[in-house]
Amino acid sequence: MKRATLGLAILAALLVLLPAVVRGYALSVATLILYFAYTGQAWNVMMGFAGQLSLGHSLYVGVGAYAAGALFFHYGIGPWAGLWVAILLCVLLGLLIGFLAFRFGISGVYFALLTIAFAEFTRIGFDHLDWTGGPGGMFLRVAQRDAWDLAHFRGPPLMYYYTMLFLTAGAFVLCSFLLKSKAGYYWLAIRENEEAAQALGINTFRWKMLAVAISSAMTAIAGVFFAFYYNNLFPEQIFHISRSIEIILGPIIGGVGTLFGPILGAAVLTLLSDGITELLAALGWEMPGIKQVFYGVVLLVVIVFLPHGIWPGLARKLGLDR
Amino acid sequence: MTWHLVVNVAIAGLLTGLVYGLMALGLSVIFGVVRVVNFAHGEMMTIAMYATVTLFAVWQLDPFVAVVPIAAAFFVFGYLMQAGIINPFITRPEHSQFMLLVAVAIIMVNGLMVSFGPDARNVQVDYQLESYAIGPILFDKARLLAAGMALAASAALFAFFRFSLTGKAIRACADNWLGAKVVGLDVKHLYALTFGLGSACVAVAGSMMILLVDVTPVLGPAYTLLAFVIVIVGGMGSMAGALLGGVLIGLSEALAGLFIQPSAKSMISFGLLILVLLVRPQGLLGKKA
Amino acid sequence: MALLEVRGLSKSFRGLRAVHDASFDVPQGTINALIGPNGAGKTTIFNVIAGVYPADAGAIHFEGKAIHGLRADQVCAAGIGRTFQIVKPFAGLSVLDNVVVGGLLRERSAAAARRISLDILEKLHLGPKRDLPASSLTLPDRKRLEAARALATRPKLLLLDEVMAGLRPTECDQMIEVFRGLNRGEGLTILLIEHVMRAVMALAQHIGVLHHGEVIARGTPEQIVRDPAVLECYLGEETEV
Repeated sequence: MKRATLGLAILAALLVLLPAVVRGYALSVATLILYFAYTGQAWNVMMGFAGQLSLGHSLYVGVGAYAAGALFFHYGIGPWAGLWVAILLCVLLGLLIGFLAFRFGISGVYFALLTIAFAEFTRIGFDHLDWTGGPGGMFLRVAQRDAWDLAHFRGPPLMYYYTMLFLTAGAFVLCSFLLKSKAGYYWLAIRENEEAAQALGINTFRWKMLAVAISSAMTAIAGVFFAFYYNNLFPEQIFHISRSIEIILGPIIGGVGTLFGPILGAAVLTLLSDGITELLAALGWEMPGIKQVFYGVVLLVVIVFLPHGIWPGLARKLGLDR
Repeated sequence: MTWHLVVNVAIAGLLTGLVYGLMALGLSVIFGVVRVVNFAHGEMMTIAMYATVTLFAVWQLDPFVAVVPIAAAFFVFGYLMQAGIINPFITRPEHSQFMLLVAVAIIMVNGLMVSFGPDARNVQVDYQLESYAIGPILFDKARLLAAGMALAASAALFAFFRFSLTGKAIRACADNWLGAKVVGLDVKHLYALTFGLGSACVAVAGSMMILLVDVTPVLGPAYTLLAFVIVIVGGMGSMAGALLGGVLIGLSEALAGLFIQPSAKSMISFGLLILVLLVRPQGLLGKKA
Repeated sequence: MALLEVRGLSKSFRGLRAVHDASFDVPQGTINALIGPNGAGKTTIFNVIAGVYPADAGAIHFEGKAIHGLRADQVCAAGIGRTFQIVKPFAGLSVLDNVVVGGLLRERSAAAARRISLDILEKLHLGPKRDLPASSLTLPDRKRLEAARALATRPKLLLLDEVMAGLRPTECDQMIEVFRGLNRGEGLTILLIEHVMRAVMALAQHIGVLHHGEVIARGTPEQIVRDPAVLECYLGEETEV
């Protein structure tokens, strides 16, 4: 355990100091890695901890982004206030889906399909919603990009990097705390054998709902970040099932249910994606779609040969704990 | 908005729905037996459509002719995919299975994008322009023939499962995997066979579909979702349910496109999915788990 | 007033009558057994008491309060622990963590739950195996783990479903001692389903015999062994006791 803490401290220090050596495009890549590490951890709470496979997490990113974005666009309401609305809406949505699923005994594949259906339904819905700009999208005014203005969440790329770093670190701390707590034990028990868990006095419905609420709340925050980082929102893009798949790629490759898996997976994937782009450019193979083919192949290879993700095996080799 | 416009649109939707039904039938068979969620189903359909386009462009093969070699090829491909790649995943957690097929789907969709580019492709045959008329009611010839083929293929599959020894063996596997093994059935081979048959269904559906719509690589994921909606609405494990679901979806999409905005018609499908999952999760004709 | 009172319990599954008009008492501080041929309805009674499914008719009172109709987790919270006939360990967790999950019901913290869990594991002779994954245990050990887990919820009544099955005579005697100890030392009331007559005769103070879903005899072990109806359906003419 001591070794793990040391490794963690080193990693944290490296990430804090990273902007000293890295600028511009590379910094934005780093921010993106942290974004996927964060959303991956949020998703991991529902899947890795409570065992519910959600393939529609883009729903929460999108609703969170649009909620805060629309409030800013129409009423000039800043991101900090918008954040609470975003979280509230996403939690309510998550609880709705959870209630419908758990009360009616929908699980496994059917639950996953239910989440997809909700995300798709919302995507098409937002396409027809004029108040948020419809399919043409919504564009947020960017006041300035120089000075750190946390109140309005405007500033240089550096500010966004540290924000995402803070969020990812916070998520990590939260998840490790949860895992060791009663919630963590109960979620694992529910995941392993729900009937046995009930026989031990666990109200499985309530605990599953809690996981859903936490997961959707965390993802909502990512949505708000997304809105004020990219400043343009399109239903086709943000609610698309590809976004949902992107969110889960990190944890699955890194290791579902582990603390460090989502972070590792996000790093591996983003760097790989970039690396492939560079390689293809060098080879002169720049047709549309070829990068994703490579992506898919890598994914396939990892899934076939490393079913528990990269982290568990790596952790054992490095002699670390979790 | 005359009544015969509505009826014609409804008929077109119904006939298209039968082709959807065949596609969903393939999925139902695969999921019902092998219990693997084929997330690449729509992508396979798209590949079949492109294959038909290619055979038509290069050798002027009519889709009704091209369907034979394409279905055969898909059968072999499906068999190999199940036996080779998917088989070890049957005992693994669901998210692993899902992701395996998602990876396959990603490779397929983008492989198509690389090979054919993003532009729409189609086949042009004479009978696409012909139709039969009973008064003001029109039946597109191409649509009618495609639906007929879909029905024929479904009937053949149904007969196979009902009357042939292998078909019964496969149903035994679906009912009780361990029991089937105990009585000496080669479950791995039967699973692969089933995947092959499901793939062949998709191939036939694809060859027929290209007569009705243009194909682009991005159709893949849309068809995958559609197939799942149909199977769930119609009932997992019910072959008639897949066809019924297909017809229902085809009909509601066509009518929704007419009465509401065309772009909103998928919402109907998803709304229906959510409703069915809540009210009657085993689907219209499915058996309770 | 007995700790557990079952009156007129009936349960059918799609027309198949599993339990019919069963009534019996489990007095506080005693060890009771439910015996009978396979399919007699014993596990069904357990499942109904434990809240897995509701009864079609009848009433169940625990400590004077009605518990029929409560959910499984509510029944456990009320003070009834149970094991499953087909064991359900949390395979991916360690032996200790399995028991901790049970302990968390009453203990305030994970640390406290861990302390009492270690205690219970020692009592059930599973101490040395506490860090092993539950999936690596043999069947008899899994059965002990089930019992340990249920005990961690501090039940007043423990329902044991065929917990001796598969144990060698020495292991069986060990378990008998454990449960006798818990009964005498902590006043734990036990209701057990058993086919291993050695354990039934050694432990039970009262026995109920089920056949085709009905209670055909109730009494002390000495009475049951001589009851002609019981001998006919279950024990046979010669019993090795």
